[in-house]
Amino acid sequence: MVKTILLTVAVITALGLLLALVLYLVAQKFKVEEDPRIDEVEKAMPGANCGGCGFAGCRAFAESAVKAPNLDNHFCPVGGNEVMAQVAAILGYELKAKAPEVAVVRCNGTCEARPRTSDYDGMASCAVKAALYTGDTGCAFGCLGCGDCAAACQFGALTMDPVTGLPVVDEEKCTACGACVKACPKKIIELRPKGPRGMKVFVSCVNKDKGPVARKACANACIGCNICAKTCTHEAITVEGNLAYIDASKCKLCRECEAMCPTGAIHGVNFPKALDKEAIKERIKARQNG
Amino acid sequence: MGKHTFSIGGVHPHDSKISRGCAIEPLPLAPVVYISVAQHIGAPSVPCVQVGDKVKVGQVIAEPGGFVSAFIHSSVSGTVKSIGPRADLAGRPATHIEIEVEGDEWLEGIDTGDTLVTKIPEDNKAIIEKIRQGGVVGLGGATFPTHVKLSPPPGSKCERVIINGCECEPYLTSDFRTLLEKGEQVVVGAAILKQVMGNVPCTVAIEENKPEAIAHIKEVIARLGYEGIEVMPMKMRYPQGGEKQLIDAVMHRQVGSGALPISVGAVVQNVATALAVYDAVQKNKPIVDNSVTVTGECFPRQANLLVRVGTPLRYIVDYLGGVPADAAKIISGGPMMGRAVANLDAATVKGTGALLFLTAAQTRRAPESHCIRCGKCADACPMGLEPFLLNKLSRNMDLEALEANAAQDCIECGCCLYSCPAHIPLLDIIRQGKGAVLGAIRARAAAAKAAAEAAKNN
Repeated sequence: MVKTILLTVAVITALGLLLALVLYLVAQKFKVEEDPRIDEVEKAMPGANCGGCGFAGCRAFAESAVKAPNLDNHFCPVGGNEVMAQVAAILGYELKAKAPEVAVVRCNGTCEARPRTSDYDGMASCAVKAALYTGDTGCAFGCLGCGDCAAACQFGALTMDPVTGLPVVDEEKCTACGACVKACPKKIIELRPKGPRGMKVFVSCVNKDKGPVARKACANACIGCNICAKTCTHEAITVEGNLAYIDASKCKLCRECEAMCPTGAIHGVNFPKALDKEAIKERIKARQNG
Repeated sequence: MGKHTFSIGGVHPHDSKISRGCAIEPLPLAPVVYISVAQHIGAPSVPCVQVGDKVKVGQVIAEPGGFVSAFIHSSVSGTVKSIGPRADLAGRPATHIEIEVEGDEWLEGIDTGDTLVTKIPEDNKAIIEKIRQGGVVGLGGATFPTHVKLSPPPGSKCERVIINGCECEPYLTSDFRTLLEKGEQVVVGAAILKQVMGNVPCTVAIEENKPEAIAHIKEVIARLGYEGIEVMPMKMRYPQGGEKQLIDAVMHRQVGSGALPISVGAVVQNVATALAVYDAVQKNKPIVDNSVTVTGECFPRQANLLVRVGTPLRYIVDYLGGVPADAAKIISGGPMMGRAVANLDAATVKGTGALLFLTAAQTRRAPESHCIRCGKCADACPMGLEPFLLNKLSRNMDLEALEANAAQDCIECGCCLYSCPAHIPLLDIIRQGKGAVLGAIRARAAAAKAAAEAAKNN
């Protein structure tokens, strides 16, 4: 009895060792050479697999980054410069730091400012609504309010405000992955540099209609009046197709355009102090006079 | 002979043809008309008049912008006030020519009399040129330029002309009234089409809910003595009037994926198109007006109106007593495939067939619940697609799988949405996927063409 058990154990052990040896030899023979740095890079990544970098996931990003000659075409918007510094250290590349970005909603057509011209009773999806018509307000360019962007955000950074009917970005949570930019059929969401302490000035409108038409559709619309472009001393503002645009790389955050805008289409956010319009207007007047 | 119908899918909505007793009446001229230059499939036309020009009814005001495009004629006489963008039905800007109406003076050479001209010119090329000059487009809904359809590519042969008088959409009655009141003209138009396509047999397909029209057209054919034109009563079933469905029903032939009807030897033209062909060829009269059904249970005055192209919708509605208080939705076209009107200031186009007023109770959508794979949508789909699967694939935008499952073949008839017990907006979602697949197919074709060009140049 004991002999049988011992024999069985011995045979199984010998067999196991033999097969292990075969497996080892086969594994050595047919080994797939893989750069160990891929694993290292993947470990350094945030692991959100959001696709914001343009690759299918963090692993795909790592595989591509290891093969690339430099990191110019690789940037993880979720991890930002911190993660990219680690990746650069692993791969021995030089890192060009990128200004952190954040999603900005360029529409301020609140329910109050933009009266409804029709009732939409179709499927609650901006993509479907945009395919049917220009929307339930007089503005053919603005937010449709069905929340495709909020649904696309994996980080919970976008929510629809039930009062204004517009999406609100939580800048703490936003990773600038760009999913909302792709989801919006009206292309109103833009990734803009976060700015010092989050301060930034932007035109919160994308309406390219002529001034009176735009104004009739929405009280907060940019009417392309050119006052901001004339006011700006940094050449940061261009007006094209009845719509002003502020180049964030040139903007010095002086807020003069914001004070001068007749419709309030220009927004300054995260400034510590409220805008003193009168003081700024006097400053501009003094400059122009002397 | 049994009742004819297509082989798969389809639904049976109530036909609700409440305006069937209303004779077609001409609508008084509007003070101003807005004529769009993009009212057909293909390239928009190019305006050839200037602001301030005096135009007469039937005068060309825009020329074709390509092979697949059409002439556009002034539908009124008066002065061109402006040429510029104006919102269409959906609020999207399109170039419109605004004409202020002064009197009603027709261009010389247009026969506005009622005498029936039965003698058909012999030269087929001249007939097609007249159809082209008359700006005739398919009035069944797609507004595809008719002269293009009548010029089949070399190698393909037409074996049967089908005149589509099914009018399977609920509520619509303009084709029915046209058959009743202008049956002679429609039959002569059919004879012209038949001759142009090489004297092939011709079938006038009419759904069985229009027995008066069937009897009348049979009588007219016998009276005028045309050989080879027959009336075929069709079973009542939606979408009987779909081009591919009608070919299946009449000829028992299936048009392949992505192929044109001519590939199986069929040419399908709507009743209203046959009438327009008659007008263009026999009377030199281009398309300047079309019949529009104005209807709905909540609408007090049902009507079939003869409306000049470019008449503002608001003018039509006001003429009939204004928008009823309980109307929640206005649809241009039928309830199945028509589009909601977001802008009553928009003007009619050649293809406008109906204005339908629905109440909130009629249009309300039930809340969407989950798909239980019951397969009712697949049973209803007349193209043999699987809407429940396309729904899932469209939500994920899986283009490869969408194309493999023929999302591009969807005819947007709405049978899937109509039949879904879970009230899933299947068509809304599938339309997204279809659009993306068609975009991908077009991009691929363009890339292949560019590659072929590059190879040729090297």
